[in-house]
Amino acid sequence: MELVIEEKIKRTGPVIFSEYQAGEGIRKALSINRQDVLFELKASGLKGRGGAGFPTATKWMLSAAAVADKKFIVCNADEGEPGTFKDRVLLLEYPKLIFDGMVVGGYTIGAKTGIVYLRGEYEFMLEHLESCLEKMRNENLLGKNILGKEGFDFDIKIRFGSGAYVCGEETALIESLEGHRGEPRNRPPYPVNTGYLGYPTVVNNVETLAAIPHIITKGGEWFKQHGTDKSTGSKLFSVSGDCEKPGVYELPWGTKISELLELVGAANTKAVQVGGASGICLPQSQFDRVLAYEDAATGGSIMIFNEKRSMLKVLKNFMEFFVEESCGQCTPCRVGNIKLLEGVERIEKGNYTFAYINTLKELGKTMQVASKCGLGQSSPNSFISILENFKEEIFHTNGNGGYDGKAK
Amino acid sequence: MLVYEQNALSEEIENLVKKYGNDRPALLEILQDIQRKHKYISDFAQQEVARLMNIHPVEVNSVISFYSFLHSHPQGRNIVRLCRTIMCEHAGKEKVEQAIERELGISFGQTTKDNRITLEYTNCLGMCDMGPAMIVNDRVYTHLDPERAVNILNEIK
Repeated sequence: MELVIEEKIKRTGPVIFSEYQAGEGIRKALSINRQDVLFELKASGLKGRGGAGFPTATKWMLSAAAVADKKFIVCNADEGEPGTFKDRVLLLEYPKLIFDGMVVGGYTIGAKTGIVYLRGEYEFMLEHLESCLEKMRNENLLGKNILGKEGFDFDIKIRFGSGAYVCGEETALIESLEGHRGEPRNRPPYPVNTGYLGYPTVVNNVETLAAIPHIITKGGEWFKQHGTDKSTGSKLFSVSGDCEKPGVYELPWGTKISELLELVGAANTKAVQVGGASGICLPQSQFDRVLAYEDAATGGSIMIFNEKRSMLKVLKNFMEFFVEESCGQCTPCRVGNIKLLEGVERIEKGNYTFAYINTLKELGKTMQVASKCGLGQSSPNSFISILENFKEEIFHTNGNGGYDGKAK
Repeated sequence: MLVYEQNALSEEIENLVKKYGNDRPALLEILQDIQRKHKYISDFAQQEVARLMNIHPVEVNSVISFYSFLHSHPQGRNIVRLCRTIMCEHAGKEKVEQAIERELGISFGQTTKDNRITLEYTNCLGMCDMGPAMIVNDRVYTHLDPERAVNILNEIK
C-alpha cells in the first residue's frame, strides 16, 4: 500500500519509539500481580494523551475496583482533531504497542474484551491490523489462557466510526459503539462505572495505550525521568503546515515551542496553533511557552502558519469545521458555533462593531462553561485566542476597521 | 425497486443480521456494510433492518442521518471525499478542487450523470503532513496535485 511504504522510516524517541519486543509488556505484566501493574502506572504519572490529561492510573484503578460480571477496554482511535495524525503512525507502524497495552489493561482491570474504535477514514488499515491480531492469536498473546495464565482470556475486535468528529469524546464513542447516534452523555456516571452496555469501561487514547507496555517493562521511574514534574514522559507531536519537515515527532514534555519550530525547520512563522482546531493559537511573542499540561496543553496537534497566511481565513475554516461537527444536542454548542461563524463572516465583510465582537467573545466564554461535552467547551478557544492575539492583523492592518469599512 | 431486487436485498440483510446479531450494537456495523456495498441505504433497506432488529425504522434513519459517511439517498458507484480542513487547504486544495470539478463537469455535492462518481467534502482525514488528501471509497491518496487527482479519478470505473 502506497501509504504504508511512504511511512517506513526509522523512528527514534525517548519513550514510545524506543526499543520494544512484541509481547514483552504482556509477559512482564502477567508475571506480576494486578496491584503491581497499577503501582507502576501510578508511579509513572502517565496522563491521558488524547488531550484532556486525566491520570491513567486513576482511571484503571476505578474500573479495576468496580464490581461487574463484564468489563471492557476501548482504544479510542477516532482521531479527528484537525492537524493530528500521530495515531495513524502508531496504528500503521506500532500496532504491537497498542494491542499489548490493551492486553495489559484487560489483565489489570479484569476485562475480557477489547474494542478498537477506528475512525471510518482509516478503513484502509483494517487488513493490516487484523493480520497483526491474527499473529498475536497464533502466539497466544490473545485468546484463551494467555501465555498459560489460567483464566485470563482476552480478545480484541475492531469497530468503525462513520465520519463523526464528536465520537472521539468518550461517552459519544460508547453511544456509537452501542449503535446509537454519537451524542455525548451526561457525566457522571463516568464510563469507568457505567460505560459500554452499562458495564465498567476504560476508554484510552491510542498513544496512552502505546506508552503502557514501555512503562511495564522499563518501570514507572524510568518513564518519569522524561518530561516535567507535572507532565511526565514524552509526547508525540503531529507537526504540519509551513515547515520543511512535517511529520510525527516524539519529544519530552516541556519542550519549548521555539525549539520545536527549529527542529522541524519552520521559517517566518507567524502563528502556531497548539492542540488543533479546539486548541489555542499563539503569536510569535509566546513561542517561549512550553508544551506541557501545565502550560500549552495539546493532544499532539501543532499547526504552523507563516507570514503569508491570513489568520481570519484560518479561523473561518475552524469555525466551519465546528458548525458541521457539532452534534446538535445542546444549545450552547449548536447555536453558539453558528453565531461565532457568522461573526467571522461579518468581520470579513467589515460589517461589525467592536461591541458586537465583544459580545461574541462573551458568548464564547459562555459556551466554554455551558456546553455538555469537550467539543462545545473548547470550540471557542481558537475564536477567542485568534481574535485576541492577532487583532492588529484582523482589525487594522488588513481589516477594514469597523462598520462597513466606513467608521474608523 | 423490482420485487426480485427487494428479495435479494432482504436476504442480504438477513445474512448481515445473522453475522452481527440483532442486538443494538450491531446496528452501525450492519448499516456500514450496506453502505459499503450499495453506497447508500435505501428506505426499503432501512425498513428491513428495523424489522429484523426489532426497532422502529425511525431509529435506523436517525442513526444514518447522524453519521456523515452513511447516506439515505443514492450516490455514485464511487464516493470521492476531498479534505477541506486547513492544512490541506494551505497545501493547495483549491487547485485540486477546481481541476476535479472541471474534469467531471460537476461541483462538490453532486454525482456524475453516468453515476460513476459522487464528489463530497470531508473534514480532516489525518493526512495533514501529506496534503492535499482525498479518499476514494476507502483508499487514501496524498500529496495530490491537479494533474494527479484528475488521473486518479479517470482510472476509477
